[in-house]
Amino acid sequence: MSETGIGAAVRRKEDQRFLTGNGNYTDDINVFGQTYAAFVRSPHAHAKINGINTSAAAAADGVVAVLTGEELAADGVGPLICGWNIAGKNGVEAHNSPVHHALAMGKVNYVGDHVALVVAETQGQADSAAEMVEVDYEELPAVVGTGSALNHTTTIHEEAPANMCYDWEIGDSAATDAAFASAAHVTTVEVVNNRLIPNAMEPRACLAQYNQGTGDWTLHVTSQNPHVHRLVMSAFNGVAPEHKLRVIAPDVGGGFGSKIFIYAEEVVCTWATRKVGRPIKWTAKRSESFLSDAHGRDHVSKAELALDADGKFLALRVNTKANLGAYLSTFASAVPTYMYATLLAGTYTTPAIYCDVQGVFTNTAPVDAYRGAGRPEATYLLERTVETAAREMNIDPAEIRRRNFIQPDAFPYQTPVVHQYDIGDYGASLEKACEMADVGGFAARRSDSESRGKRRGLGYSSYIEACGIAPSAAVGALGGGVGLWESADIRFNATGSVTVMTGTHNHGQGHETAFAQVVSDKLGVPIENIEVVEGDTDKGPFGMGTYGSRSIAVGGSAIVKAADKIIEKGKKIAAHCLEAAEDDIEYDGGNFTVAGTDKVMNIAEIAFTAYVPHNYPEGVEPGLHEQAFYDPLNFSFPAGVHICEVEVDPTTGETEIVNYTAVDDFGTIINPMIVEGQVHGGIGQGVGQAMLEGANYDDNGQLVTGSYMDYTMPRADNLPNFNVGTTSTPSPLNPLGVKGAGEAGAIASPPAVINAITDACGGAMIDMPATQEKVWLACQAAE
Amino acid sequence: MPTVSMTVNGKAVSADVEARTLLVHYIRDHIGLTGTHVGCDTSQCGACVVHVNGKSVKSCSTLAVQAEGADVATIEGLANGEELHPMQAAFKENHGLQCGFCTPGMVMSAVDLANNMKNLDEATIREQLDGNICRCTGYHNIVKSIKDGAERMGG
Repeated sequence: MSETGIGAAVRRKEDQRFLTGNGNYTDDINVFGQTYAAFVRSPHAHAKINGINTSAAAAADGVVAVLTGEELAADGVGPLICGWNIAGKNGVEAHNSPVHHALAMGKVNYVGDHVALVVAETQGQADSAAEMVEVDYEELPAVVGTGSALNHTTTIHEEAPANMCYDWEIGDSAATDAAFASAAHVTTVEVVNNRLIPNAMEPRACLAQYNQGTGDWTLHVTSQNPHVHRLVMSAFNGVAPEHKLRVIAPDVGGGFGSKIFIYAEEVVCTWATRKVGRPIKWTAKRSESFLSDAHGRDHVSKAELALDADGKFLALRVNTKANLGAYLSTFASAVPTYMYATLLAGTYTTPAIYCDVQGVFTNTAPVDAYRGAGRPEATYLLERTVETAAREMNIDPAEIRRRNFIQPDAFPYQTPVVHQYDIGDYGASLEKACEMADVGGFAARRSDSESRGKRRGLGYSSYIEACGIAPSAAVGALGGGVGLWESADIRFNATGSVTVMTGTHNHGQGHETAFAQVVSDKLGVPIENIEVVEGDTDKGPFGMGTYGSRSIAVGGSAIVKAADKIIEKGKKIAAHCLEAAEDDIEYDGGNFTVAGTDKVMNIAEIAFTAYVPHNYPEGVEPGLHEQAFYDPLNFSFPAGVHICEVEVDPTTGETEIVNYTAVDDFGTIINPMIVEGQVHGGIGQGVGQAMLEGANYDDNGQLVTGSYMDYTMPRADNLPNFNVGTTSTPSPLNPLGVKGAGEAGAIASPPAVINAITDACGGAMIDMPATQEKVWLACQAAE
Repeated sequence: MPTVSMTVNGKAVSADVEARTLLVHYIRDHIGLTGTHVGCDTSQCGACVVHVNGKSVKSCSTLAVQAEGADVATIEGLANGEELHPMQAAFKENHGLQCGFCTPGMVMSAVDLANNMKNLDEATIREQLDGNICRCTGYHNIVKSIKDGAERMGG
């Protein structure tokens, strides 16, 4: 392994600018003549709009324009869309899809819904004028609860009777019922997967510009997928033709899913910039982020697990109500269906599974993918159920998992719920995690805690996830409206340095370093001579962006394909220059050698020759610049075991994570430092979900957790250090053997934490977040 | 509009601003130093931390006029040319940042912490970091970075 190649803990290339204040985030960018936007937002969860009077606002100091939904519609700007159709039970071909206007047309459906746009010379003037827009609201009853939305006395959308978006199912109902009939034991668990607010530290923002001379738009936007933004905004919203719209996602301060989606703000500002003839900048205030970023999770589920007398799983039956919010966000429909129920086999051999999901509309912010997206919900449900079954049957929780793991020789393994797992060794991760967590010493530690009046608990989580979503044809067959391939472009410069462009996007994952390592490894170019460029539709090839831990598995594979093409062409050039047959050229680490001789050309010489082709093979094009598109053969399946150990003070409910161990199988690891960082961050978010975070609406649909004063973000003193290790079964289905590492921590950790806390508190269910109060109550009940 | 003058990173600066202008907006929008970030509107996240007369301050909770005549240091003034400050170097070495958005505030808080407390242990760092929120790292490597950075600074 070279010091900068695959597997090396290379320090990040991007850090210098971030550490010195030279990052370039959307709100850092200012252009001549720029104006500022403020959105008038609904203060009501559900109301009719009888009229909007903009005259006072329009006359206020510095106001350039006040625009409403009527004007947006008059200009033919289309509504926001959802890109994944879910076919339902009983042959229903399409989900109910209410129209989602970017600016309200006669009705608002959640607090924070967009009513009007105010454009002014300064941000202060825009904000002040927004308060002067008079909206005549007629309040309607609000539908809030996930479990009570169906058949509520109030229907939110005409297009969605009973507030149902879809009633969907997967698996074999009859086989599942039959297995239950013969079960020795049935474990039933009701779980709530608490609603979360993503809270990337950089609030969403956009800067829209229109050039009247060229007819071009430029949109800087906090996006995880600038090409997808351009595609949707041109094809569906119709704000600008695709070839005239340049979308730039510069440095983006975290995403976690929330910056995948095409939101009202960027659509409206891109439309309005041409209308007002001035650049428009909009930057969310954090309170706007709370109200209008797509939220995550929010499931209410019942799970039943059938077991034989030995604790072997026979069947799993699940019903889930999934809150989709007031409208369908860009990929909302897929999250509680194909991103969720297809993972219910987990790492186990459960032969029969049936799950049905009702997606419901409520008067709350739209809910869509948030770090893990469906897989945390599946893992939490399954691992809570397995742990409960172990307790009920008095089987050690590690042992019940061992008895049910898919064995290493069983791959490829077809689950009863769509996925075919390529490879894995779940037992290896469990044993390693048990060793790292010193499970053998737990009984003594528990005694020690008890001697001090404390309680101690140990919780397991064995997870699997599906990353690198694809292949495109399969996505299409399941209702997805997009292809999920990735592209790469490797451009040698004449001096031997390299520019790499790919359609994924770096918003903290270290692509500029990790992808450079892949290219350095494959092409033998020093890492300092490699520049990775992402995030600008005018620079790189069309690509699908970064989410679902897809960047290395899909984007990295595209880079390898492009590198292979470079090597192939290099061989032709080397054969000519070294006067050998192409078949006799051997390539290794940047050098093209005539087999069995010391005649060699370095790739930098090849590049120079390609751009100054004076002595050059006939019929070969000049230049050394190759592009590849890669459509994956399957998802990748990272898996692992996390073990959490807590100490609880039963007199106060205070819970401390005293040890947290994670063992993950990510296949090949490009940069272990970056991967560990991804695991740490994921666990941090998962512990946040388990113990601290929860988006709460009151009965009127007012968000009562709308700031950092009310929504408990994990802080440094809420979290422990993490004990992180890996196992490795490289994926046989992509050229790097990688699997993806971005979401594992957030998927695995919530059940590990709750299993540990409930273990400490006597075994009864505690819903997330396990606040001090809930833990105290559980301890009281247990005593 | 009042004229507000101060020293930022050793340079005298002056701008006419609305009286309600916050120090963070003065620095970002009027002086043009965009390394200091705004991550919330309740003075919780700490992305906007700068040093005012040698002490760390959330520049979103200070009016620019309150900093009249002050000596202000921002993240842009920390390195010596291209050579990173020991705390910045420690963040790079220990992978103490991911998306980079909270980083300027984290580093400015960490420098102030290391200046004021010696022999920092992990628990103290975690407790003192209460005013800075990071969503990416789970804090593990930030804590490690600050311990390392404080040692590099001689603490």
